Amino acid sequence: MDGFLLQVFSGLATGSIYAAVGLALVMIYQSTHHINFAQGEMATFATFICWWLIDSGMSYWLAFFLTVGVAFVGGLVIQRVFIRPVERKPVLINVIVFVGLLVIFNAMSGWIFEHTLKAFESPFPVRSAVLPEYISGHQLGSLGVTLAVLLVIYLFFRFTPIGLAMRGAAQNPDSASLVGIRVTWMLALGWGLASAIGAVAGIMMAPIMFLDPNMMGGILLYGFAAALLGGIDNPWGAVAGGFIVGVLENLLGAYVIGSDLKLTVALVLIVGTLTLKPNGLFGQKVVTRV
Amino acid sequence: MNLRIQTVILLGLIALILPWLISDFRVFQVNLMLVYAIAVLGLNLLTGYGGQISLGHGAFYAIGAYTAAILMDQAQWSAYATLPVAALVCLAAGILMGFPALRLDGHYLALATFALAMAIPQLLKYKGIEDYTGGVQGIVLDKPLPLFEMEFLGRELSEDRWMYYLVLIVAVLMFWLANNLVKGRIGRAIVAIRDQPIAAGALGVNLTAVKTLTFGVSAAYTGVAGALGAIAVSYVAPDSFHTFLSISFLVGAVVGGLGTIPGALFGAAFIQFVPNVADEISKSAPWAVYGAILIALIYVAPGGVMGMLNKLKRGDAK
Repeated sequence: MDGFLLQVFSGLATGSIYAAVGLALVMIYQSTHHINFAQGEMATFATFICWWLIDSGMSYWLAFFLTVGVAFVGGLVIQRVFIRPVERKPVLINVIVFVGLLVIFNAMSGWIFEHTLKAFESPFPVRSAVLPEYISGHQLGSLGVTLAVLLVIYLFFRFTPIGLAMRGAAQNPDSASLVGIRVTWMLALGWGLASAIGAVAGIMMAPIMFLDPNMMGGILLYGFAAALLGGIDNPWGAVAGGFIVGVLENLLGAYVIGSDLKLTVALVLIVGTLTLKPNGLFGQKVVTRV
Repeated sequence: MNLRIQTVILLGLIALILPWLISDFRVFQVNLMLVYAIAVLGLNLLTGYGGQISLGHGAFYAIGAYTAAILMDQAQWSAYATLPVAALVCLAAGILMGFPALRLDGHYLALATFALAMAIPQLLKYKGIEDYTGGVQGIVLDKPLPLFEMEFLGRELSEDRWMYYLVLIVAVLMFWLANNLVKGRIGRAIVAIRDQPIAAGALGVNLTAVKTLTFGVSAAYTGVAGALGAIAVSYVAPDSFHTFLSISFLVGAVVGGLGTIPGALFGAAFIQFVPNVADEISKSAPWAVYGAILIALIYVAPGGVMGMLNKLKRGDAK
């Protein structure tokens, strides 16, 4: 029983990171119906920046917030420079640009920060304050940080004028621009936010995984699975999906298939959801007009 | 004789003599280039002509490679006999993947195939099938020996030169078949589904059959390439089939020109030789170059090399 609970709690902790990645994906999908394949590599690059800042003597939390800020601006600039010119082009063109970004960020991480594995220290105490038998300090801490991020995002979209404008731009771009919302800038803001959330996920993942340029590859796949399982147009679905995938991954890994096939679990989840329940558990059915 | 036939004869002569003019190592590189050309052609059939995006063709390449390797290693098959089997296995795998792909459009299909590409190295390492796949170590193969000895222009018929002719024959055959496929009735159906799926269906094109078969044929092409690649390198291991292999096929298809047959050759030359040059700058440089060129091409010349060549031709005609 103890072992089971241990798996559930550590599943929730990694699940919160998948939830964050899933949320970042949904944020871009909702407004443009694009799936950002570069999300993981962008997060890895941001994590490297954070590592570099801490390595050169900055305090952890200062580096954390600075990195998140840099990631936000970076995401915004990428949208304005690379994505906007091809926004209305066919899907294939968009996918190719995303893949190009993925490759570039991966190569830059390796080029600038080298391919050696880097240890990334956790800011949290080793021993957790609550339930120390089941959850480690870092797991509790990263759970707290991602939950805080989710809360901030919720408050932002629910209670600020910009959040409202962004929701409007995502739901009905034409009407939104008629009431004076600058839709393309709202899309850019969405990219900035997604990139910032991804950076948080990367920084929280690094102490668990060791930092290297391919760190987020598998995580991105789980983020995809989380977003799809929850319904890719539904932010809360993506968050719930993240926790479900995290716990499921850990339990399957511990009791059923072993840790060798973890990525295959994500593949089966993705293909399974897409074919059997394309709108996810909490998504709305999409009706297209012919 | 018109210009077209002259060009074909000239290119054919060059292709026949080429391996005698360059060193063994260069022949080996050219072999791989031809292998990649077949794989890129397969992806181009699906993505360029069919409009179905696959980021996971590295998986079919891996399946083809392992089919050949396991048959040669476990059942002592001759290398040549493994090729049709690899094609059939990948045809089946492609059709299997093609079924869920029917329900997936654009980004979702890219996503599902991307997941496939990411999962394949881990699947190949799986302990349960280690007896066949050799696990992390992979399988070491013997290159097929030349059936006769000969010497020409001061060089002898080495294993790599022998391999060159095998790859060349298969490549010519595959290109010829693909050319006939896309020019015929089925090819027009494939393109019609890409451009106007609803109209194509209304005109009596069987969407399900054509889309699934395109996926299967495309996978079979890539599988044959995988088998040839395994024989040419005489080694397979899970880590040579990571996600970036699939991405480099996509790079090849875009650089050569989506929806063109000869473009696959240019694309393959690009993914085979550009990394060798860029490698000297940094280990990560080839991929940075790939990414930059990929994005730049989309903005500047979405038609790739073939698009530019056609533009030049039209410019001359004026």
